[in-house]
Order: sequence, then C-alpha cells, then structure tokens
Amino acid sequence: MTSSVGRPVGSPSTPTSTEIETRSMGVREDTMIINMGPQHPSTHGVLRLVLELEGEVVVGCRPVIGYLHTGIEKNIEYRTWQQGSTFVTRADYLAPFFNELGYCLAAERLLGVEAPPRAQTIRILVTELNRIASHLVWLATTGLELGAISVMLYGFRERETILDVFEAITGLRMNHAYVRIGGVVMDLPEDVPARVGALLGTLEGRIAEYEELLSGNPIWHQRTKGIGVLRAEECLRLGVTGPMLRAAGVARDVRRDEPYCGIDDYEFDVPVEDSADAFGRYLVRIEEMRQSLRIVRQALDRLEPGPVMVEDPKVRWPAQLEVGPDGIGNSEEYVRHILNESMEALIHHFKIVTQGVKVPPGEVYVPVESPRGELGYYVVSDGGQHPYRVHIRDPSFVNLQAVPELVAGGLVADVVAAVASVDPVMGGVDR
Amino acid sequence: MTPDDLFGRLRTRFADVVLARGEVSTSLEPRELLEALAWLRDEPDLAFDFLSDLTCTDWPGLEPRYWVAYHLLSTAHGHRLRVKVGVADGDQPRVPSVTSSYPTADWFEREVYDFFGVVFDGHPDLRRIEMPEEWKGHPLRKTEQLAGVRTRFVGASVPPPDQRGT
Repeated sequence: MTSSVGRPVGSPSTPTSTEIETRSMGVREDTMIINMGPQHPSTHGVLRLVLELEGEVVVGCRPVIGYLHTGIEKNIEYRTWQQGSTFVTRADYLAPFFNELGYCLAAERLLGVEAPPRAQTIRILVTELNRIASHLVWLATTGLELGAISVMLYGFRERETILDVFEAITGLRMNHAYVRIGGVVMDLPEDVPARVGALLGTLEGRIAEYEELLSGNPIWHQRTKGIGVLRAEECLRLGVTGPMLRAAGVARDVRRDEPYCGIDDYEFDVPVEDSADAFGRYLVRIEEMRQSLRIVRQALDRLEPGPVMVEDPKVRWPAQLEVGPDGIGNSEEYVRHILNESMEALIHHFKIVTQGVKVPPGEVYVPVESPRGELGYYVVSDGGQHPYRVHIRDPSFVNLQAVPELVAGGLVADVVAAVASVDPVMGGVDR
Repeated sequence: MTPDDLFGRLRTRFADVVLARGEVSTSLEPRELLEALAWLRDEPDLAFDFLSDLTCTDWPGLEPRYWVAYHLLSTAHGHRLRVKVGVADGDQPRVPSVTSSYPTADWFEREVYDFFGVVFDGHPDLRRIEMPEEWKGHPLRKTEQLAGVRTRFVGASVPPPDQRGT
C-alpha cells in the first residue's frame, strides 16, 4: 500500500491519478486516502481500490479498473467470425469455455443454426467442469487471503487435475478456443470419458474435505460471517448476479431461467443462502461445485456417438483437427487430402479459413451462467465476414461496482474478505 | 410473457417494435428514454426491473450514428427486451443517464463514454473507465484505427499491421 500524499516530482500542474479518483468522493479533512493495488496480492490481478479511511474503518471506496484492458471487443471487429472464439476465451480467463460458448451461441442464433446433440452435451460437460475449476481457484485464493494457506494448495492441486483433462480434450490448459460456431472444434479423445469419470469420484471426496476444513472453522467464520453483506434488493439495483445474488436468497440462474444447450433436461439444484455475506457465498459456491459434478455425471451418460459440428459446409470449419504433442493441429490425413487428392477441397478450405463465414445482419443478446453470474454476449452483424460489434457483459465488471457497498463501514482487513467474496477476474472486467 | 406476447403488448405503446430471432427490441428517441424505461418498469405485467447490459454500436454513415442499447430483464417474469436509442453525431452525442433508476448503469455509461464518446447527461461521475485518463479519442468508434496510434508510453508507437517489419 502506498500513501498518496504529494505529487510526483516534475509534474506540478497535472493531477495524480489518486487525486482524479478522489475528486468525486467528497473526501473529509480528517480521513486518510490509501491506495490498495493495482499490484497487491489480494486484488485478484490488477484491481485498484482507493480507500478513504478513518483509522481502521473504511468510509469510502472507489474501485479503479482498466489496468488489464486489452481491446478484445475492438480486435474481434477485425477478425473473421470463427476467429472471434479465440479472442473471447481470453476475457475471463478462469471461465474460458463460458466465453466461447456465449459468443458461439450468439453467432449461431444470428446464423440460425444449432449445434448437433453430441456437441451440446460436450459443451455442457466442459463448461460445468470449468465452473468447478473456477470455483476451486476462488476457494484457493480466498483461503490464501484469509490465512488458510493449506486451502490454497488443495484448491490449486485439484484444479490442476481438471486442467489436465482440458489439456487432453483441447490441447491447452487455458484459452482453449474449443467451442466453435456450429459445435466444438473436434470430438473428445477416446479416453476422456473414463478420465472424467475417475475425476468425479476424487473431486467429490475432496470437496467434502474442504468443507471439513472450513465450514466449522471458527477463524473462517470470523473472517467471513457478516462481512461484505449485500441484500437481494441492493444486488438487483446494482445488477449483481451469480453466487452473490443467490447467497442473498434469489434463486436466479440463467441455466434454469433461460436454458442453453439443453441444460434444462439435466437434474440439478440451484443452491440459495439467506445470509447475503461472504460466508453465504462460500456455501453457495461449494454446493455449486457439487451440482456441477452431478451435471457432468449426467452429461457423461448422455454422450451418444454423432457429429460434433453442423454439417453445413458454409458454416463448419473445414479442417479435421486433432490434438498433437504441441496442441491442436490439422490431422495428417486431412492435409494429405487437400494437398494431394482434391483441388475443390483445397479451394473450399482456403475460402472458409481466410474469408470466414458470412453471417446475416442482425443483433442478438445471449446470456450464459458463468461461475461469476450472467455472462451476456451482445453481438451485432452487418452481414459481412467480420463481427460488426461484440460486447461482453462480463459479470465481474458489474459485480465489482458493488464493492463500495460491501466494504463501507467495515475494517480494512475485511476489504480483502469482501473483495474475495465477489470473485472478480480482471481479464473479464477490463477485456 | 413469450416474445410474441411481449411484441404485441409493446406495439400498443411504441411505434417501432421489432421481433427477430426470438428477441424483442424497440427503438426510441433520446428524449423519450427515461419516460419509457419508467413505464416499462412500473407496468405490473412487464416489470422490467433489471438492467442486464448497456452498450453502444457505432454506424458511421447512418443517421443517427450511435445506437445505445439497453438490455432489460424482468426478474419476476423472466422476459427480456432491448431498448435502443439513436444518438445523432455532432460535437457531442448526448443521451440522458439512467443511473438514477438503474445504479448498475454507472460503469456501463462510463464505458460507453470512454469507448464511443457518447455523453450521458445526469451521470454523477462521467470519466473514462478503461482507457488512461489522458487518452485522446474514443477507441471503439469505427473511425478509430485498431493500431497505428501512439501509445501513452514515451517514445513508443505501434505501426499498423501492414507496416510492421518482421
């Protein structure tokens, strides 16, 4: 933490960034301004909080974002529709499959196509595994920040086992670009269902272990109960969704209210708590991991053989991809086919890969339930080969606005617990 | 309400209502916005009490040029609506702010201001949110280049993709 007293030498007239931020706060004479972040271990990346303190008590707070802005929305406008998937996956990097899914569902609604059943099941499978992985990172980092370092080690250990499965499926641990317009980029490797099945058993036991460690732990209770309270009415006013909203007693879940990929056919519960505090959010997330395990188990049972990409040659990606030692690549057989056997196939490949698909003009808004809440994709097409506009309604971006309400009147140490309970991912916030 | 019912219901109030791909949207003038949003919120069978998303699209060559889109949701009924407001280009495109009825619009409006230069009248603290404070221009306007702009870092600039060396 650095105090903001004084200005940097050599800029007598330019206001400092902290001065700009505090202008609208109406700072009192007897309080102190403290910058927490953007490079602070507890700020989940590069979030900066400008805190107004009276002793140890927080009287005001301004979250400052933008340190991880990478222009994803602008960049997509210069790429083909298919390439968009590789961009959005980098927004909320702890929920890459959800970003890909939201974007692809939006593009599919514009195109008027629907992914085949096997692709839908695979999408459910990978997104729900992704939800567990994301909640595990949340548990791990929150444990670390509140002094439960063993939870940090356990959380990352288990998440790594899930990422191993993702690597087997997509070739990459993160930023997969696996969900594509019209389906998924390639079928599951043969051994994956068995590996996922084995993983489910392990995770079930491990989640029970976390609960044993934390749910009755008096220190955990003191650090989280009654901390960062945000009641349902405030949540709705501020647009807060996801586990924060469900911990405040509102059973809103996009998977149940506006189902996608046939997830309404799966049996699962939407966990709800009434405490509206950091402890309630912990309980909701733990239970959500269990429910995701349930969904994944059902998805494994529903994996029927079939295509994983729509048949329409104007939409489907022409290449036959497979996971090799260095990630995803063209299968040798396919390369032989287009280079040695069929000129038409080569022309078609070249045309679709370089020019992409044409998407009819129109606009859609498609929400999916990411681990952090409603992840919405507003996608506009002008009929061309590039997305005209893609806006990502990232739940972290919206939920972070609630931080001043969460921390006001509390202690500085509780700011850490409150921010952790929001589970912001700055890659999604700043895009 | 199903999209069809919603479409029929809204046509009794608004002139320009569109139902496409299962989504209902309506286009308004900036001066009609606040009144329309209040009506949409207060009618018991509509009850659009939740602002999901707020963003903008730039259509240079169209009149009006900027289209601010509000994605509303009714938490009671579960239906959605997109309200679009066309904002004419000029020295300063202006729209009334909806932060007083939807506090969640605060950062969304700052983002649209930052990226498109649309000013929201009545916003409590309209400043850039993602770009640096001293940034010139509004990067998501179609007239702004993707690269080839000088960065804020002294002496550094990124040439456009076609002019980069290997």
